[in-house]
Amino acid sequence: MIRFLVLRTAGIIGVLLAVTAATYVIFYVFPADPARMACGKPCTPESLAQAREFLGVDQPLWVQYLEFLKGLVAGRTFGEGGGAIACAAPCLGYSVQHHQSVTTLIAQTFPVTVSIAAGAAVLWLLTGVAAGTVSALRRGRLPDRAVMTMAMVGVSMPSYLVGLLAILFFGFTLDVVPVGSYVPLTENPVDWAFHLITPWCVLALLNAAIYARLTRSQLLETLGEDFVRTARAKGLRERTVVVRHALRTALVPVVTVFGLDLGALLGGAVITERVFSMYGLGALLIDAVGHTDLPVITGVTILAAAFVVVANLVVDLAYRALDPRV
Amino acid sequence: MAVLDPHHLQATTGAWRQLRGDRWALMGAALVAGFVLLAALAPLLTALSHTDPYTYDIEALDTAGVPTGMFGGVSGAHWLGVEPQTGRDLFAILAYGARTSLLVGLGATTVSVAVGTVVGIVAGYTGGFADVLLSRFTDLMLAFPSLIFMIALGAIVPSSFPKPLFIVLVIGAFGWPSVARVVRGLTLTLRTRDFVLAARAIGAPTSRILRAEIWPNLASSVTVLATMAVPGAITAEAALSFLGIGVTPPTPSWGRTIANAVSWIQVDPWYLLAPGAALFLLTLGFNMLGDGLRDAYDPRVSGSRG
Repeated sequence: MIRFLVLRTAGIIGVLLAVTAATYVIFYVFPADPARMACGKPCTPESLAQAREFLGVDQPLWVQYLEFLKGLVAGRTFGEGGGAIACAAPCLGYSVQHHQSVTTLIAQTFPVTVSIAAGAAVLWLLTGVAAGTVSALRRGRLPDRAVMTMAMVGVSMPSYLVGLLAILFFGFTLDVVPVGSYVPLTENPVDWAFHLITPWCVLALLNAAIYARLTRSQLLETLGEDFVRTARAKGLRERTVVVRHALRTALVPVVTVFGLDLGALLGGAVITERVFSMYGLGALLIDAVGHTDLPVITGVTILAAAFVVVANLVVDLAYRALDPRV
Repeated sequence: MAVLDPHHLQATTGAWRQLRGDRWALMGAALVAGFVLLAALAPLLTALSHTDPYTYDIEALDTAGVPTGMFGGVSGAHWLGVEPQTGRDLFAILAYGARTSLLVGLGATTVSVAVGTVVGIVAGYTGGFADVLLSRFTDLMLAFPSLIFMIALGAIVPSSFPKPLFIVLVIGAFGWPSVARVVRGLTLTLRTRDFVLAARAIGAPTSRILRAEIWPNLASSVTVLATMAVPGAITAEAALSFLGIGVTPPTPSWGRTIANAVSWIQVDPWYLLAPGAALFLLTLGFNMLGDGLRDAYDPRVSGSRG
């Protein structure tokens, strides 16, 4: 187990290094010059050179990358003398557009994204697994067909479309939920949940479809296996057979997909936040793209990659806990 | 020739028979065919109503820029109503938008399936170091948060680079790893099958084995993978256009129209309906067809509908 953890952690660090390097090369080799946007208007050659030096983009690419890595581990300072700005570890860069370190920007927007994602994820995992189980146990009958038709529709619906329809119907026509604002959890937990209920339900509805399909096919396969027949032959109650024996095995791939989806949630947040007008990581990224704010773009991208990689590790650990064969 | 292998032929006709009896798959195929026709005949259909997706028609709007008349300005000239603010014909935007969606969707799928198949076959058939290297690279690509990367790349791509081609390439570039994974797994098992071993034993060149023994046995799975990849590519294009980094205006795109509809949702909700329904139905069509194909070609998978 320890060997496994050490190996996997080393692998993760390797993958993350590769991802950061690739991100760095792709975004800094392109003609979009972060110093040009930092230099402001009017941009004289002197102030451009100053901005270059301040951001460190006057140095060769590999030096920049090493500086970036150093900043990530130990922090770094931008500029010298009176105008210097310290950026504590983990430093992802400095956004001239916002006059703040990328780490601070991410820390400010992160709670919004996590609030949306976490609530939705809990909701869709529960509903998806429940619907899939019902569907599998009533195979071919009305509940099964209803769930599977819903799932097919849900899989094909783009989240922003459902989101917009939900805002239109529940937000404007019925006027029962607030539209497009975010209340921090620490400020008022009830208001926090109330403002998030629409995005949660929309995301959960769509993702639950995928989980229902997956749970159903896995459970059907597992119910046909020998160990389930053995459990039944031992005279266990059907409930125990399904929940303790079959479902536990059937859920292993579901957990895999769940982990990967959680890792990829940052990507989906871009769209959700646009639809529900909330300023999280996704909105920060779109904003940065509009202003060619490269440090923010690379920072968010690297963070998103880190999420995927860590989610992969968590999935592997969950595998070991769930599946007695591994 | 493996193509004439009786088992293979039988499997194919059996799959066709099952597919023809699958109501869902047929409905999906009909939806897809309908949108392909709409896209192909777009100039002809819009000529019938004397519209195009670019001409402004202020006459169809009131002073606030909201379409006059029922259902977002539906009339004999504007079959699906008009766009608020500009009065451009929604049916024309929808029909030409179908071209964008299908071209990007099919183009990106071609890229991802071609690259994925080649990488998968090479990794699975050669094995050894090449396999380790390619598989690691595939894993690494899967770790890239694709949408975020596409958005970020969209910010820095030079404006002289044709945007539709960029979208096709970028969606294709992030779609191939999952194809490569499946193809590699299939190739690994095919490699040890008797007919491949026999071909190797009589000294057939590798290129011939790949072409005549491996590929014909992969073709049906690759077809299924491709069909199932199309809806993802179509939604990805719509999502990018929704976020304002897809195909550049005035080229019609359903995603951009949906994004525009956001600010009009209270005064003109009909504006959202047409592009939203179109995107949903096209995606649904490909998903149903893909599901049906998978059930027909791979009887081991019990399918989603039992």
